[in-house]
Amino acid sequence: MNFLEWYRVDRLPSIFCAGCGIGTVINCTLSAVTSMGWRRNDVVFLSGIGCSSRAPGYIRTDSLHTTHGRALAFATGVKLAEPRLNVILFTGDGDLAAIGGNHFIHACRRNIDLTVVCVNNYIYGMTGGQGSPTTPVGARSSTTPYGSTETPFDLSELAMAAGANYVSRWTPYHTKELTAAVKAGLETPGLSFIEVMTQCPTGYGRANRLRDVKEFMEIFRMRSMLKQKADRLLKEGKPVPPDAIVIGEFVRRSRPVMGRRG
Amino acid sequence: MTMRRFLQGNIACAEGAIAAGCRFFAGYPITPSTEVAEHMAERLPKMGGTFIQMEDEIASIAAVIGASWTGKRAMTATSGPGLSLMMENIGYAAMTETPCVIVDIQRGGPSTGQPTMASQGDMLQARFGSHGDYSIIALSPSGVQEMYEMTVHAFNMADRYRIPVFLMADEIVGHMREPMEVPDSVLIIQRRLLEEEGRKPFEPREDLVPDFPLFGHGHFVHVTGLTHDERGYPSTSNPEVHERLVKRLVQKVEGARREIAMFDVVNPDAEVVFVSYGAPSRSVQQVLHDFPGEGFGHLRLKTPWPFPEWAPGRFENAKTFIFPELNMGQMARELERHVDQPVISVPKLGGALHSPEELAKVAMEER
Repeated sequence: MNFLEWYRVDRLPSIFCAGCGIGTVINCTLSAVTSMGWRRNDVVFLSGIGCSSRAPGYIRTDSLHTTHGRALAFATGVKLAEPRLNVILFTGDGDLAAIGGNHFIHACRRNIDLTVVCVNNYIYGMTGGQGSPTTPVGARSSTTPYGSTETPFDLSELAMAAGANYVSRWTPYHTKELTAAVKAGLETPGLSFIEVMTQCPTGYGRANRLRDVKEFMEIFRMRSMLKQKADRLLKEGKPVPPDAIVIGEFVRRSRPVMGRRG
Repeated sequence: MTMRRFLQGNIACAEGAIAAGCRFFAGYPITPSTEVAEHMAERLPKMGGTFIQMEDEIASIAAVIGASWTGKRAMTATSGPGLSLMMENIGYAAMTETPCVIVDIQRGGPSTGQPTMASQGDMLQARFGSHGDYSIIALSPSGVQEMYEMTVHAFNMADRYRIPVFLMADEIVGHMREPMEVPDSVLIIQRRLLEEEGRKPFEPREDLVPDFPLFGHGHFVHVTGLTHDERGYPSTSNPEVHERLVKRLVQKVEGARREIAMFDVVNPDAEVVFVSYGAPSRSVQQVLHDFPGEGFGHLRLKTPWPFPEWAPGRFENAKTFIFPELNMGQMARELERHVDQPVISVPKLGGALHSPEELAKVAMEER
């Protein structure tokens, strides 16, 4: 499907580094959006601050590039004031889980009718590669030079526990599944959370010997484990490898929703 | 036609907002402003509007700004600690030229301070609290009638200049109950919408205010807190783009001071002149009433910001300005910049209003 008219081609080239996964995430998201049959007039993109939050600046719809961590609060205002608009957010692990953590859990609790696409690249990319709430234990960054010692957040589990109606996790290696997941999120009333574990060869890769995108893709291919399999292992009392990336649909349900769909 | 009602200041503020067409309120409970939120929670759903209690004040002002981009008149109400939290997104509203109204029922600070006691301690924060250069309008009501009227006016000014407008009330005015006249209808000045084909979304008109591109109407506008050009696109390394934008954000308000600023002048021939805004104006009015023969003057600032620097000049014989405030002299400092005569700041902290007697005593000494 061609969705070139959805891009602000006059803003290209983008600021994203060579090998960045955000372009893949934007493509999958726009593919899902256009498959809904929505016009550009029906959609508003929002974002906070960080690499992923620059995505709406390249999409030719109305868009609100807001303050760090606050996009979900702005989106709550947009959606409740004009429910006919389909509201989609791009965010990242730092934006959503650190400075925006409170807004995140409350948006999930309210189960407001928004779709959140989170580019989780384990790092603060825009500021040059600092540790984030999802940096794995032992991973290096410019603020964890001896390896991170903090336990990271599992954002999909967090969204599910906080009440989101739809939660799934994929990687840029799984473009078809990711596109289908975003579409499922757009179709599901309530808060939909799609987490995309994404390569950052510049910020994360440099500090962790992963500058080669092919290696990153190989990790996404080899270490990804479907949620069903992980659940089965747990049920059988077998361990899930600690470096496994559990992917798939975490939940799809119909808790009461705030903000009706247009 | 009007209807006479006996109302609390905070309720009058909420009623004024509804009369002005406000249909979106996001807030967080905080004394002494909470009655505004409670009244909006009761009234808005019946009028097809939206009330939402957010998780904090940061989210409250964020939701208000989001709602404003869909064309709704939107408001929040808070007090000092909440205003501190809002500062980040108030700067965002200034940078993105988003109309919104922020009601601050001031209480004693700093920090948690005196939740139930009055203060005017946020006057400089309202003007300068967010980082970077920008301008805002602040209105200062001194009674229940003005809580209503100035809230209406705040929405008109927010839409007219596309800025955050502050209603800088305080605990005394917010919790005061007195009779007021509720009009059948109020003057509404809507924001100027972007309709002209090919016009850029942040291209200013002669008054330096760009036409507003409503979300969902095919403008496909990109709104960002980054320094942006007239298309709305980020342009963060070009010094001229930044200078032009920031100067315009300041100048669209400061250049219109004479249209915006409102003040009352009483006894323009006076040599001893009281200057006030908000609740202390009531004490000053009592002094003028109690000592009619003394010929004291009174300059009452209805809009402390932007400051009408020409207003003190209306008192041609003035020898002294006496400025009672419920703070350590925040606006007296501004007045001093604009007059040659001595400015006697009369600070009052703790929550009580200046008594007319103590103000009269200061004035008698200056006579």
